[in-house]
Amino acid sequence: MGVTVTLRDIRFRPDGRTVLDGVNAVVGPKGITAIAGPNGAGKSVLLRIIDGLLTADSGSVEFQGTGARPVRRAFVFQKPGLIRASTAENAALALLPMKLPRQEAARRVEEALAHVGLAGRAGDPARKLSGGEQQRLALARALLTEPDLLLLDEPTASLDPNATEEVERLVAQVAAGGTKVILVSHNLAQVARLARDLILLTEGRVAEQGSARALLTNPQTPEARAYLKGEMPWLSYPAAAC
Amino acid sequence: MLASFAAAVSLIGTFDPEVIRILLLSLAVSGSAVLIGCVIGLPLGALVAVARFPGRQAVTVLLNAFMGLPAVVVGLIVYLLLSRSGPLGGLGLLFTPTAMVIAQTMLVTPLIAALTRQVIEDSDRELGESLRSLRLSRWQQARTLLFDARFSLVVAVLAAFGRAVSEVGAVLLVGGNIAGHTRTVTTAISLETQKGDLPLALALGILLIAVVIAVNAATTGVRAFSMRRYG
Repeated sequence: MGVTVTLRDIRFRPDGRTVLDGVNAVVGPKGITAIAGPNGAGKSVLLRIIDGLLTADSGSVEFQGTGARPVRRAFVFQKPGLIRASTAENAALALLPMKLPRQEAARRVEEALAHVGLAGRAGDPARKLSGGEQQRLALARALLTEPDLLLLDEPTASLDPNATEEVERLVAQVAAGGTKVILVSHNLAQVARLARDLILLTEGRVAEQGSARALLTNPQTPEARAYLKGEMPWLSYPAAAC
Repeated sequence: MLASFAAAVSLIGTFDPEVIRILLLSLAVSGSAVLIGCVIGLPLGALVAVARFPGRQAVTVLLNAFMGLPAVVVGLIVYLLLSRSGPLGGLGLLFTPTAMVIAQTMLVTPLIAALTRQVIEDSDRELGESLRSLRLSRWQQARTLLFDARFSLVVAVLAAFGRAVSEVGAVLLVGGNIAGHTRTVTTAISLETQKGDLPLALALGILLIAVVIAVNAATTGVRAFSMRRYG
């Protein structure tokens, strides 16, 4: 049973600028839920608020599905955020808060790296891995925390098609294993390939939410239709820029 | 002038025992001070960089201001603390190498901490969000960022060593420039120049510069190699 995330009237206004303007949504417990929308819609900020990296000015994020135990969340960013150390040392960072015995930590790291196809690269400097390998390492590191909820912020945005396919395969595998995945993506083809549900954000609000397939093929709101057609009339540009 | 230079080279070439003793004491005192300064300054700077607490800005300003502490003022403070009538006078440390280490540690610790804070703050901008998402404690974040930035922090350590080994005010006040006991390269150069013994002063000066260049070259080489290896 996966985790259900309920977002209630989330508002975020850093420095008086509205980024999220009352987001309400229920993210179901199964499969992958994608969050899409134009630049500046607030997708990444919303993901950080769900993770707890940012605090909303008002509203709430509620989790159900883990009983009394707090929900374990893990985050994979567009940039993998690797330190100047070996691949194994980077993965092991995820285990620091658990204070595991050294041998047990090494065993888990070895397993996690094997799971993402990096078994032979454990001793290599992480920053010397290819972009795709670095992102798989970031994924392995996130999975070492044994998350109930995996948050992905455009994890394949800077990857080539082959590396993207590898990452997508792993993400689909994680979701199939029962971990709830929320994926922020600009890539609508990727959303179509991976997501069960889709939340479309525009101007800090939910423009439309529903099954990814239905929303992508038959959007109901003008905002969703315009976004999918590549038109974004709600964005106003300075006259000089037009 | 040329005769003094030739005599200085001869002193170095013959491994004059006094020159070697003075040089070794300088390296021991400054090396110890930098080592202790690293033990205190590196974690302090890293914690100030990653922690959020009231007065953090004030601490940052103080650290930056203390980078430029006048050596002679630090010497005076340590002198007052260690003098017979001072609060730590009973320890009998005044005019000993230990007093010199204490004074130089006070001198270099803020420098190391302030430079570390800057380096770690930059590193935190790049990696901080990832580390926080892994639920690392502030201390674990600081330790991880210190490890990540270790090659850049070499510069902070070098700057601290340069400051310690070249200062004269603090070691002169708390060491007393006692021959064979607390005479360092800088205090000896000062004294010998006043006495007119230019060959010894020049020999010590040449050796000091050579040591500083050698230490810098070695660490720069190690840093470049490591940066190439780890990216």
